Amino acid sequence: MAAPVYQAPPMPTDAEIARDVRREKRGRIGGRGALYLAATAFALFAALPFAWMLLTVFKQNSDLYDPNLNPFLYNDPPTLQNIGYLFAQTEYATFIRNTLLVAVLVVVITLLAAVPAAYSLTRLAGRWGESLGIAIFLVYLVPPTLLFIPLSRVVADLGLRNSVWSLVVVYPSFTIPFCTWLLMGFFKSIPWDIEEQAMIDGYSRIGAIWRTVLPISIPGLLTVVVFSFALTMHEFVYALAFVTSSAQKTVSIGVTTELIRGDVYFWQSLMAAAALVAIPIALLYNAFLDRFIAGFTMGAVKG
Amino acid sequence: MAVVEVRGLTKRFDGTGAAAVDGIDIASRDGEFLVLLGPSGCGKTTLLRMIGGLEPPTAGDILIGGRVVTDLPPRARQIAMVFQSYALYPHMSVKDNIAFPLKAANMPKAAQQERIAWAAGILGIDHLLGRKPRQLSGGQRQRVALARALVREPNVFLLDEPLSNLDAQRRASARDELQQFQRRVATTTIYVTHDQVEAMGMGDRIAVMEQGHIRQLGPPQEIYDEPADTFVATFVGSPPMNLVPDPAAGDLLGFRPEHFQPAAADGVNGAARFPFHVHRMEYLGAERLLYGEVGEAKVIARFPVTVPIPVEPGATAEFAVPLRHLKRFDAKTGLRRPARSVS
Repeated sequence: MAAPVYQAPPMPTDAEIARDVRREKRGRIGGRGALYLAATAFALFAALPFAWMLLTVFKQNSDLYDPNLNPFLYNDPPTLQNIGYLFAQTEYATFIRNTLLVAVLVVVITLLAAVPAAYSLTRLAGRWGESLGIAIFLVYLVPPTLLFIPLSRVVADLGLRNSVWSLVVVYPSFTIPFCTWLLMGFFKSIPWDIEEQAMIDGYSRIGAIWRTVLPISIPGLLTVVVFSFALTMHEFVYALAFVTSSAQKTVSIGVTTELIRGDVYFWQSLMAAAALVAIPIALLYNAFLDRFIAGFTMGAVKG
Repeated sequence: MAVVEVRGLTKRFDGTGAAAVDGIDIASRDGEFLVLLGPSGCGKTTLLRMIGGLEPPTAGDILIGGRVVTDLPPRARQIAMVFQSYALYPHMSVKDNIAFPLKAANMPKAAQQERIAWAAGILGIDHLLGRKPRQLSGGQRQRVALARALVREPNVFLLDEPLSNLDAQRRASARDELQQFQRRVATTTIYVTHDQVEAMGMGDRIAVMEQGHIRQLGPPQEIYDEPADTFVATFVGSPPMNLVPDPAAGDLLGFRPEHFQPAAADGVNGAARFPFHVHRMEYLGAERLLYGEVGEAKVIARFPVTVPIPVEPGATAEFAVPLRHLKRFDAKTGLRRPARSVS
């Protein structure tokens, strides 16, 4: 068999080059267009429930429950009644107060536990640190729907049944493992040199951590704050299992138990309750979005 | 300004295995530029870290300015250290980086400003004070690290391969700057490097280390001309000292490549002669290296380009070394023997 003879392809003419450039440009514009189309579709998909929620908040009953009316429009004038009902007829303000109390305390407890834990696992525990960190993370994977059974015993023994404080005790059991693992990724990415330099420059180890490791880890710390806060806000199973009296409920169980009576749903007030909590959290997330993403990807890559 | 002294300093990691630093005794002189030179893993960085207080010694004592600091934390030792990575604080501006040790010492704000301006002036980084470390080049980072080390006037500078992150061109000028800087502030400096050019070029004295021991301590010229053993002889110098067995005495004869030259035709007295079988010539611009063998031993000869080479690769020629450049080592221990004549 004769060896194939290599023939150089003919040089493209100017016209051909111009055509290729045009095609390439068109292809790029086409690609961009498709990307934006897909992004818009996703954005609409994600925003629809939110829009529906906001739309529903201000609807009157006669408007909402008439199937002949266009559901995307206000056929009757919008009303603030539903929000009024929420505050007048339920203990929504108490729910919010309870939720904030729990969330802030859980965030503080999580930081107080996860920061030293992650630091010692990455810096002081030697080669066991990594495995221990993963083991701690695995604890996070046990579902609350199973854990609430043994935990109810713990809560009872602590005398915290039917108290918002039971949640303050229980929630860190899943925020701490995850946040410890997350922070380990951050601390690992900080060179030892920097801490040692701070110790040479005149600080104790604690001082060095406070002035170098923590400031450098701010994206990670923010991630921990937002993550713990949001998780606490929307947690349902434990709250339902451990708290029964209205005065002790958090938003997530408060509105669903108080505004769904039998098979009667107070849709507008439910939506109002959700919106009033969701909007501040959405703003909070957005304010730190970049750092939040950095936090998660860093944990994912380096952890 | 202070003298650094270590006595019987030993470090074992994990309590087992060979010692990283094995009973070292060494004392600097006041204001001296002392270089710890050795291959990687010889214990030089461990020794430096123990002096800095970052590594607790297994045994022995460390004295700075006559005071035992063995058990003191780094912050109590009045030292400054520049790491290989420079370890600038990435979240602070250059100014805050330099101010950091001053803040640690609770210096009043006005005095801080003064010191920062002074240190920045010495290192020529006044215009960089507002930048963040990531906006600096390698050379600028190094100067910031030096300024931060300088700013609180420490007793001792500890430098851990501060030039190894610079490219070759920049390194030569940085060497010069660093030495001038040290002369100017006249602070005792302990400098760790594996680069003999840095050691030879900057050190007042060099301590050559190997496997946790100091093989030789002396000024660069003494290290080069009068190596204490075969390790120092072959580690310092590029290409290294040639070692050829002397069958008569059972010793090793050492000589530098530049002293290994074609024997004069008339056979001058006072030179040891060797038949040199040349394999290969390497042209390096300013000089040429001849690679070959004397007996079984590999030997290198070095010629400046200004000198013609009388021998072709593949041939054997008579080469000689002036006796005063011939060093004699014990073949077993590698230690230097007192000079005696060779015929």
